Amino acid sequence: MENILYTISVYTENNLGLLNRIATIFLKRHINIESLTVSNSEIEHVSRFIIVAYMPEEQVKKIVTQIDKQVEVIKAYYHTNEESIFLQSALFKIKSSLLFDMRQIQNIIKKSNSQIVTVNRDFFVIEKSGRKEEIEDLYNELLPYGIMQFVRSGRISVSKDEMRISDILKKQLN
Amino acid sequence: MKTMSKTKEVSQKDKKLKISGAEALVRCLIAEGVDLIYGYPGGAIMPVYDEFYKFSDELHHVLTRHEQGAIHAAQGYARSSGKVGVAIATSGPGATNLVTGIADAQIDSTPVVCITGQVGSHLLGSDAFQETDIISISTPVTKWNYQITKAAEIPGILAKAFYIARSGRPGPVLIDITKDAQFGEMEFEYTPCSHIRSYVPIPAMDVSQVMAAAQLINSAKKPFVVWGQGVILGKAEKEFLAFIEKSGIPTASTLLGLSAMSTEHPLNMGMVGMHGNYAPNVLTNECDVLIGVGMRFDDRVTGSLHTYAKQAKVIHFEIDPAEVNKNVKSDVAVIGNAKETLAALLPHLKTKTYPEWIEKFKALYKIEFDEVINGQLNPTSEGLTMAEVIKLLNVETKGEAIIVSDVGQHQMIASRYSSFKRSNSKITSGGLGTMGFALPAAIGAKMGAPEREVVAIVGDGSFQMTIQELGTIMQTSAAVKIVVLNNDFLGMVRQWQELFFDKRYAYTVMTNPDFVKIGEGYRIQSKRVSKRDELVRAIKEMIASKDAYLLDVSVTKEDNVFPMIPTGASVSEIRLK
Repeated sequence: MENILYTISVYTENNLGLLNRIATIFLKRHINIESLTVSNSEIEHVSRFIIVAYMPEEQVKKIVTQIDKQVEVIKAYYHTNEESIFLQSALFKIKSSLLFDMRQIQNIIKKSNSQIVTVNRDFFVIEKSGRKEEIEDLYNELLPYGIMQFVRSGRISVSKDEMRISDILKKQLN
Repeated sequence: MKTMSKTKEVSQKDKKLKISGAEALVRCLIAEGVDLIYGYPGGAIMPVYDEFYKFSDELHHVLTRHEQGAIHAAQGYARSSGKVGVAIATSGPGATNLVTGIADAQIDSTPVVCITGQVGSHLLGSDAFQETDIISISTPVTKWNYQITKAAEIPGILAKAFYIARSGRPGPVLIDITKDAQFGEMEFEYTPCSHIRSYVPIPAMDVSQVMAAAQLINSAKKPFVVWGQGVILGKAEKEFLAFIEKSGIPTASTLLGLSAMSTEHPLNMGMVGMHGNYAPNVLTNECDVLIGVGMRFDDRVTGSLHTYAKQAKVIHFEIDPAEVNKNVKSDVAVIGNAKETLAALLPHLKTKTYPEWIEKFKALYKIEFDEVINGQLNPTSEGLTMAEVIKLLNVETKGEAIIVSDVGQHQMIASRYSSFKRSNSKITSGGLGTMGFALPAAIGAKMGAPEREVVAIVGDGSFQMTIQELGTIMQTSAAVKIVVLNNDFLGMVRQWQELFFDKRYAYTVMTNPDFVKIGEGYRIQSKRVSKRDELVRAIKEMIASKDAYLLDVSVTKEDNVFPMIPTGASVSEIRLK
């Protein structure tokens, strides 16, 4: 069966230990998590997990029902790339001298639609948000000049479909 | 959360008690209707034990000999009484010793609440004496867990714990309480929990699925029903019986479903699975509609999934949506409590009979009887068989006893040959296969149903995994009858070695102690038998005894359990020898 990159969105209570509980569901089935982001959601006191992993569709269905059945999980969904709007962020730390010495770097920054976050005497930091491939392109372009540090965040994503979490919570209250 | 009656609420508010967290915990247990708990004390749980001392009139604590004994006893109690079992232990090794039983309760859907002490919250993460991260350890094997670090959290969390353990598909909950939370003062008020916004214990039934199921069932030519423990947990025995009798469909049980329907019922075709009966296994691959009720198509039931009931349309009645399409794809899934879904199904069913189809079951039963059952129940050789012991027990207990079995050959024989007239009569470790389960579980089962006869069937191997619980029997006078089916082998592993490893008996030979002396050491009436005429008398004597009794039966050493579906084989490839 074909492994597809899925984005799993999980709305949960904001409780300690839930990250561990959700992670074990993947670990138990030997699925490597490509990226994981946890943040507040649009609803007060409700957290949102965005988990990205490769697996066949049959498996993602089972994983989502296993996540969904956890007591503190309000609702879990899965989406393909086509069904969601997503991006990642990356930071590049570069030697400051390069900014002044190498004209090309300034062109690269402009062309890549990235931002300079800070500049000081020793280094400057570029921030780039976008698809993973765009960040990789920028990385490859900067690599010959020397990257002091690089970090990329997990995927953040919103679905094209409605999630209706407020409706679920309302229904549960009645 | 629902409040208790108004008057109670007011009176509680009037005199809001300022009490310790430990006392609050005990009051929570009492408020939940708990009158019996199993446990073992230690440093980090001592404030709670101090309150047990004060509340001993209202809450009885059973001191087991090991924390594993405590959790298995709580499981046995839960399974015989239908109530939530409670086990309590200290931090560190006390907590980790519970883990096997928690995993057992998780996979067999048993409602238990485990309470563990924890080091003071200021010491968390410092590798303090007897500190262990039991929350992380227990996460994959609990339905829910929580660490309490403040006394004020205790009532709310305990209320949630009981609600989660017992509702929907039941399961184990672990609550870890730091020592400072036990000592800390708080204003006590208890409100039982009846709702958690993120948790749907019983999903709403979809009537269209019920109708689709009825249509498939009504038009079936060779339907077959496999029922599981969901019928017992959902208290749906009556609805299930009505469904079977109206539809006229032959049915068989999983290991954990046993006793939900009388073994004598003409439509009860026995047990499915690896050591189940011949007919229901073979005919699983011949039926045209396969109906699973409150069961999860475990691999010990299905054998190879690639060849399991491929010819059949599958209908799955199940409370847990995560079980639907997990192992076997269903054509119709009716999600909900079996009690409600079967009741909704009944009026839409046609009254039918399937005489030719049932003849097939009978014909295959005849083959199994001639090849296996007859020789097991009525042996002509000198050595005793495990099955003839069970047959005699059936006679003496009249099928009214609770049979608690451990794990191994004796478990399969006890499950295959025991007669059951009423539900909640078979308690065994199914999903986890925990050796050492039966003795402590039988103690709990007896306390959960004191009016019933409770017989623990154990192997010589499994008995010795928790043999120290004879001390619990001695101290509590629990009138548990213990039958050791003793072949001086780890019999099931030996059977596999014989069949699949060219008889290389690697470390399965047991040099056993004198179990009679051990029993007598614990002041339990004990007897060893190895001859047929002694056996009859001994079983009569054991069942007649008002107290605990240990019967060590020496059985044929190298007997095998058949039929058997070899690992990876299809249910229809079940072997008779």
